[in-house]
This record gives sequence, C-alpha cells and structure tokens, in this order.
Amino acid sequence: MNPRHALTEPWLLRPLPQLGELDAGGYADLGMISGLEVHQQLLSDRKLFCRCPAGRYSAEHQAEVLRHMRPTLSEMGEYDGTALMEFKTHKDIVYLLNNETVCTYEMDDAPPFEIDDVALDRSFAIARLLGCNIVSEVHITRKQYLDGSIPTGFQRTAIVGTDGRIPYRSRTVRIRQISIEEDSCREVSDRGHLRTYRTDRLGMPLIETVTDPDMKTPWEVMEVGQILRWLTRISRLVRTGPGAARQDVNVSVTGGTRVEIKGVPSLRHIPRLVHNEALRQTSLVAIQRELQKRGVGAHDIVDRAVDVTASVRNTEFRNVRQAVEEGATVVAVPLPGFEGLLGAATQPRTTFLKEFSDRIRVIACIDDLPNLACSTQDAPTFAGGEWDKITKACGVADTVPVLVVWGRRQDTETAAREIAIRARDATAGVPNETRQALDDGTNGFERILPGADRMYPDTDLPPIGISDERLARIFANLPEPPWQRQQRLLAQGVGADLAERLSRHPAYDLFQILLVELSRHGQSAITATGLASLLLDRSCPRPPSLKVASAWWGETVRRLAAGEILPEGVYHGEEAPLEPLSEAAARRCLAAALAAVPDGPRSGRQGEDFVMGHVMRDLRGRVAGRKVRGWVKEAQA
Amino acid sequence: MNEANRDYPGYRTPTLDLLRRENAPVWSQATLHTDRGDFTGLILPRSETADAQHIVLKLDTGYNIGVRQDTVQRITVHGRKVAHYKIPEKAFPYDPQKPRVKLIGTGGTIASRLDYRTGAVIPAFSPGELYGSVPELADICNLETEKLYGVFSENMGPEQWLGTARAIAAEIEKGVAGIVVGHGTDTMHHTAAALTYMLQDLPVPVVMVGSQRSSDRPSSDAAINLINATRTAATSDIAEVMVCMFGPTSDQYGLLHRGTRVRKMHSSYRSTFRTLSDIPLARVDQDGVKPFRADYNHRREDRGVTLKDYYDDRISLVYYYPNMKPDIIDSLVANGYLGIVIAGTGLGHVNKPLYPALDRANRAGVHIYMTVQTMWGYVQMYVYETGREIMELGVVPAANMTPEAAYVKLGWALGQSHDRAEVERLMLTPVNGEITAREPHNGYLVMQGGIPEVDAFISEHWK
Repeated sequence: MNPRHALTEPWLLRPLPQLGELDAGGYADLGMISGLEVHQQLLSDRKLFCRCPAGRYSAEHQAEVLRHMRPTLSEMGEYDGTALMEFKTHKDIVYLLNNETVCTYEMDDAPPFEIDDVALDRSFAIARLLGCNIVSEVHITRKQYLDGSIPTGFQRTAIVGTDGRIPYRSRTVRIRQISIEEDSCREVSDRGHLRTYRTDRLGMPLIETVTDPDMKTPWEVMEVGQILRWLTRISRLVRTGPGAARQDVNVSVTGGTRVEIKGVPSLRHIPRLVHNEALRQTSLVAIQRELQKRGVGAHDIVDRAVDVTASVRNTEFRNVRQAVEEGATVVAVPLPGFEGLLGAATQPRTTFLKEFSDRIRVIACIDDLPNLACSTQDAPTFAGGEWDKITKACGVADTVPVLVVWGRRQDTETAAREIAIRARDATAGVPNETRQALDDGTNGFERILPGADRMYPDTDLPPIGISDERLARIFANLPEPPWQRQQRLLAQGVGADLAERLSRHPAYDLFQILLVELSRHGQSAITATGLASLLLDRSCPRPPSLKVASAWWGETVRRLAAGEILPEGVYHGEEAPLEPLSEAAARRCLAAALAAVPDGPRSGRQGEDFVMGHVMRDLRGRVAGRKVRGWVKEAQA
Repeated sequence: MNEANRDYPGYRTPTLDLLRRENAPVWSQATLHTDRGDFTGLILPRSETADAQHIVLKLDTGYNIGVRQDTVQRITVHGRKVAHYKIPEKAFPYDPQKPRVKLIGTGGTIASRLDYRTGAVIPAFSPGELYGSVPELADICNLETEKLYGVFSENMGPEQWLGTARAIAAEIEKGVAGIVVGHGTDTMHHTAAALTYMLQDLPVPVVMVGSQRSSDRPSSDAAINLINATRTAATSDIAEVMVCMFGPTSDQYGLLHRGTRVRKMHSSYRSTFRTLSDIPLARVDQDGVKPFRADYNHRREDRGVTLKDYYDDRISLVYYYPNMKPDIIDSLVANGYLGIVIAGTGLGHVNKPLYPALDRANRAGVHIYMTVQTMWGYVQMYVYETGREIMELGVVPAANMTPEAAYVKLGWALGQSHDRAEVERLMLTPVNGEITAREPHNGYLVMQGGIPEVDAFISEHWK
C-alpha cells in the first residue's frame, strides 16, 4: 500500500471497545450525549382522527390500495432531504385494509374528523406529570413521512407541552416536548420496489415524549427510559402490551451529529445500541480526519459509473453471474482517496463498507445481499483478473478501491449516485441519518434524518383552544408521579428499595388505603415496610378484582395489625390467611413434626437449620418462625 | 389590510395590541414569557378566520403552537426570519419533437403553496413552477400555461365558462395539440358540460383536470392527474371535452369521461368522478390512452372549432322533495327566471300540489325541463298517469341528461333563443352525449361491498 494511504488515526488502529469496557469517563472522552423519544399509545376506544376502533389488530384484510409518495414543500418553502430521498426510491406502496379497523380516513380518501378529546385530555395529563408548560392552543401539524408508513404521506401531530423536567438520580433530565400524534402502519414486507403495510394500527393515538440529550452513558439512557415508561404506566392513561410503547434513541459524539436510532424493541437493548452508535460515530469522525489529512474533500468526489457488464459476464462470482443472466447491469464506481478506509471497523462485525451497502439497499432498492463488491475487500467476489479489468475500465490504479453494484439499470444508476453521495458525506463526518436498530445491537441506515422542514400546518383542522377550565378539570385527577410517591413512601417509613419498587407498582394506591387502616390500630404488629413487602410479594394470594382486594386486604391488615395473624400466614395461605395455632397446639404439632424429621445433622447451627427446614413445612404461617426456632433449640439442648 | 397591520398579518385586538406593545411583529424569533412557562419560536402570521386570542409560534422542531395573549407577561425578541415560500422554478425544457400543450388555469391546486392568512393552499402555476414540482411533464410536451381565473370551483359560473371557452377556441386556432384545463373538482362537471356545448367540432382534446388531495401533500393525486391529462391532451385521438381523474383510488390509471355524462359522486374519494348511464371514453396511464369505444370525435389537423358562446343565467335547478310547496315555483317565476330544470323523483315526478304552480309558470313563458334525481336512467313520463299530467302542464322530459348537464344546457339554449320550439330543439338535440339513444347494461355499475365476489374483484382489480 502506498504509505500516503496508511491509516494514521489511532482510533482506526485499535479494536473497538466492547460494551462494559468504557466507564462514564470513557464516554465523556468520546463526548457522547444521548436523548430519548418515547412513544406510547394512549388508552382510548377510538382512533385519533376518525371513529374506527383503536387497538384491534388482525392478520386479515379484504382490500388493498396502491399509492406513491411525492415530496412537497414545507411551510418555510424548503424540500425536506428525507422526502427527496424517499422519492428517489420509486416505491410502490400497498396498504392492506381490514373492514373492521379502517375507514376512508386511514385510506386518505376522506378528511379527518374532530380530534378525540379523551385522548387529547390524557396527553395533557401526561404533559403535566412531566412538568411541561402546557400550550394554550393546539395546532395540528403534518409531519411528512414519505416511506409510506402513513397513507397521507404525513403524520398528524401536535405539541401539547414543552420544557418539562423529571428528577433522575441527583439531577434532572429535561423534557423538550410532548406531542400527541397518530400511530403509523405496521410494515409487512419491503422488497425491491414494493413495500406493504397493514393499516389496523394506523391512526391510533400516541404520545411522544422527547428528552433533551441529558444522558451521558448507555445505561443512563435505559434508566431514564424506564422512568418515563413507569410514569405513564402508573397514570393508567396509556396502553400496555406488545407494541404499545416504542422508543427512538438519539446519540451524538464530539465531531459527530445527532443520529436517531428507531425501532428499539425494548429498553434493555438500549445500552448496547447506544454504545455501538457512539463507536460508529467516533469511527466516522476518525475516517473524516483521515480523509482530511489526505486532502480529500467533497469536491474531489465525482459522480462516476462505469458499465462493466461485458467484462464480468462470465464471472464465477455467482450472485453477479446469475443477475447478469437475468438481464442485470453491472456498474463500477471508483473511490480514489478511500484506500484502506472501507475495511475500517465502525461497529462490531461491521465495517465502513456497510454504510455504502445500506444506502444502496434502501435508496436504490437493491436488497439481495451482498449488494455490492469492493476491490479491496477481503471476501470472495470477482477473480483477480476480473478486478484488473474493472479497475482498468475505471482508469484508476489498482490500489484505489472500486465498488461494484448490479441490478436493474435504473437502480444501478441510483446506486452509483448514492455511493458518491455517501463518500462525500464521509468528508463531513457523520451524516444526519435515521438508523434502524438491529437484533445484534448494531444499527443500519434507514433514511436521511428529517428536519424541521418536513413540518407543515394541517389545513384540514382549525387550531383547538384549550381553556383554563378544561385543564383544571384534567389536572384535578392526576396521579402522583413516581418520584413524589417515592418521597411519600420513605416518609411513611417504607425501606428505600421497597419504596422505589412500590412507587411504580399498581398496588401503590391499595397500600395507601391499607396504611390508613393500619394507623387506626395504634401500636401495630406489622410495619409499613412489612405491609409494602407483603403487597409486592409475587407469591402472595391476589383476589381477582380490586374491589374484592380492598375488602380482603382491609380485613387482613386489621388482623395483622392486631397480631391475630402472621405476615407469613398471608403469604402461605390460599384464599384466606392461615390461622395461627395456640401455643399448646403448636407444640403438639412440633412434636409430631420432629418425630418425622429424617436422619441428618442434629447439632449446632447446621443441625438447627436442618430441623427447622423440615418442621416449618407444617408450621409456616401459623407460628412465628422465631418462636419455633426457640423450641427446637430447647429440644436439642 | 391597513398600514399598521402590515407587520402583524392576521392579528386583531387584543393580540395585535400586545404584539405591537412588545414590538414583536410577525417573523420575530422570540421568547414568550407566560403564566404557563416560556415558549420560544418564530411568530407566524395568524389565519384571519381563527380567533383573536392567540399568537402562533413555530418552535425550532417545526411544530406550531398557539399561545393565548392573556397568559403572556412579556416578549423577548431575539431576531427575525422571514419565510421565503416558493416552489423551485426551473425553465421548462423545449423539445421541437414534442407537441405543444396549453394549460389553462381556473383555480384548484395542481401545484400549490400555503397562504398564511387563511391557512389554506393557493396554487402556483407558471411552467417553471410546474416543472419544478412535476418534472415528468417535460417528457410529454412543450407546456405553456395561462392563468385565466383563480377561483374555487364553487365560484365558477357562466362568466368563467364563456371566458374559458373563448380562450380555448383562441388557443386552438393558434395551433396547440391539446388543451388542459385546471379546475377545482366540485363543479368540474358543470364546466365540462358548458365547454362541451360551447366548443363544438373540436379538432383537439380539451381535458379538464383537478385533484381530490391537494398538491401540498405527498399522497396527492394532483401530479398523476396532471401527467395523465397532459398526456391525453398531447397524444389522444379523442377530440372532445373530457374530465381526466383517477379511475380507482389507487395510483393506477385515470379515466377519461365525456364532459356531459360525468359527475362528481363522492365528497372526498380520489375516484370521485363517474360516467353515468354510459361507459367512460378511455383509460390513461404512463402507457398512453386506451379507448373503451370507437364512437368518439377524432382528432383532426385543421384548426376549425365552432364557438357557441351564449348564455342566459336566468335559470334554476330545483331538486324536488316530498311536500314541496307551490311557492317554490311561483317565487322563481316572480323573480324573473326564464327556465327551470326539475330533478324529479323516479321516472320524473313531482307532487300534485305543484301542478297549478307549474301551469302558471308555463303560461308565463318559463321553459321547464324534467330530469331524474336517481342520476342514472331516463325520464319516462308516460308510464304513470302523474307523468302524463305533468307533461300536459308544459314540462318537457329531458331524456337521460343529468340534472347538471340539463341545467347548464338550458342556460346555453336560452342564450340563443327564447322561442319555445327552438329552445326545445336545442335542449333535445344532443351536442355530445348529454342525451344518448340507449343505455348499455354496464352504464350502471354501483357494486355493493360485502358481497364476497365483489370484494374479491375489488381486491384484485379495482384497488
């Protein structure tokens, strides 16, 4: 290799750090910051802008419609970059329609109906819980999505609150905004130039909570996500279950840019995704510096597409040969200046070359993988002689990497242009992108990150004024946020761990009722911590409904407080707590149990535990264990 | 707009007073300090139909919100950013090999931009603007455009019909290969009928087009409709006044409807236009125009067109309803109306109490024609005695003209003559399909969903 093309950036010469290798200081060195966008479906009977039922999913459909999307101008007079990208893909978009769950509104064959006030009220409640400033007039806005996930080509969305904050550890995390919006379609498939969507989920009300980039490590992102989830869940204003909550993660590093990772399936995937994105951006910044040192700028990268179909017609490279037999065009694109860079690691098991492959897959719709070959790639592709021909056809030295793509002529032309675009992007560092979370913790290109240019006022619906009276009515019934509950529980004497768990548990309200019951008994035989621990214990019997539960627990707590029954008797009882034994009965029972204890250690602490383990099977919940241990000690002495 | 309000478009007292007091005109980058917290963004113009209580703010994220004026304590202005809204304009390429097509605009949104005052979209129209948003047009023709009117569909009337017909006739004489007329969809079928009567013996296609989803949205049908209409105007052998709009709701193909038989049949569907009591002329897509029938007026090389630009607007269309009172008819006569088209029930009926009023109208010289509110099918006033009685009152059955086609035609006929026999001759002699000799069995196809074989067909072929 020409020494001019040897890698010099230290980051590119070392293996990428694994998740767990970097501490907070390590991420601070990368300048990593991260924010969250949490989407949760609001609990409602109907969809947000029509009267179709919400939350009814089905795998059947009775009809289809076919649509295409074209970019339009934003209110500020600009075309959005994403919009133009999606237009380049020339996708046929097919929507599957189920008569029970969609009407002409979702098909974009009818204007919207009035917004669902129940959902809107709930969004205000959540905005308030997150400490947001509440808007006084709601403006429905159209947010363009040209991927087809919404048949109109835009999502109807509206800000309900801005600039909130939630406590996190010893600091606060800022909430940038909360919006109410309609959910999108579920993608069924996306192959070549055909993308198919199911429409049942389309139009269901969602809230989107956007935090500022206040998280500094991958784990902080997960924890804040958890807090936001709990908060809305305890409010009982959102749906739960698969797909009801989804999150996007925004990550950037020093020299990088905000990249949005979409479709994060669960909170526990977050740390790995954030970590890997921080690595990717750091690698791209290092590649940018390397290019800078080589004097390669955006203007040096020219659009080149050399048709090499004839040169590789008889290749042994099976994918290409088969494609050519089916009429495909093969196009070569040289990338002078990128020597040694395409193999640089950007994420685990992923090199810089994948950035090109992804763009080709998404934008040129060439999605049979591998969808490109690289002359400097260490993988079985064309034979050496074929590469020589290709390089020669491109008129470049054999050290210059050459990318080869194959497919329909029009698609290879798009692909060649995208290769040049991505290469130019590399001279600027990290492109503004929306990326897709992949199962292995890495991420792949999804689309160009849309900007404010894709927002457009909805001319179909007038602004909705929100009166003070309406807000007062909504805020009168707000639940306490978990951090306030936690403080209350601590003050009520519940241990720290239990307080944290109970603060986000559905049993919290019941606990507060029972605590009042408990306080009537003055000197109680059970503490607040004991009661919390009982309520949170999974093995505790649970009456079927809350109404039954409060009565059942009311009586149980009274008896616990009065010392009539033991907490263990509640754990181990079936429908009713176990009744305690009188001392005489207990001793009789113990005697019988002792006689049945099998051979084993009898002396010392070990012997004591062995015997206890057996006799308590009969006595648990009916006599305090402490008491039994005393008697066992006596018997062994 | 008065001088003082120029910097505050759409704002009225008390919000206007607040903005002026705080020296925060529209397009200010500002922070509004309010009882409900601080909001920072760009102050936008306010829609004039919205209330006078809120300031519209565009946040950095692109969202708009409204801030009620009485919650604002003070405003800090940081800067100014004026929106420059314009559709990218590129010179429309000229290709001597391609036919000349003239696009005449009357309103509607083929390409459009947002009007801040009303929050509605207004059309953008020059060839450069159109090329910027629908570049495919350059593959079809050399496009010229002329904005004749800028009115919503519902504001089109005789004045615009006459003006459009005259403009088209002039263009044809200048030698264009075809005409496209951009039009709002609501009354497109009225205008299509009017142009059919006024422009006879056409040598080239006259294609009316609009959109059901405005072109400011990605899913708009405007671009495809415009492309299909332009292709029809440039290449079609059918030299008639036609409406070119979506066939099915999917982006599949457009249908070409005869101007006198077409009607808007759904308030919002893309596939809203239908040919009634007949089949459409043709379908059109990227592969060209495929006629469904041969009995159309063929394209010619000559430039001859017969312009019949007549109209008398003292006419009315009365949609009959049970218990209609005679004073409805009497008041029309008293107000000087010369002609009435009735959309009657069934085969063409009205109730008995109306008979004396119809008789009075007839004696006063008013021309009365009967159509059917069933939309499909013929008037047949011999079947029932009531029909015969109504005819004896001077009401003329108008065969299978749609009520709208008959209404427009009566004005056109009265513009030429008030003689009863001559008006009747004009009314009952079809110009182009407004009356047909026969109704084919597939001229009435209103299939019903839910029938499994119909649903299967829709799912397979008519998406």
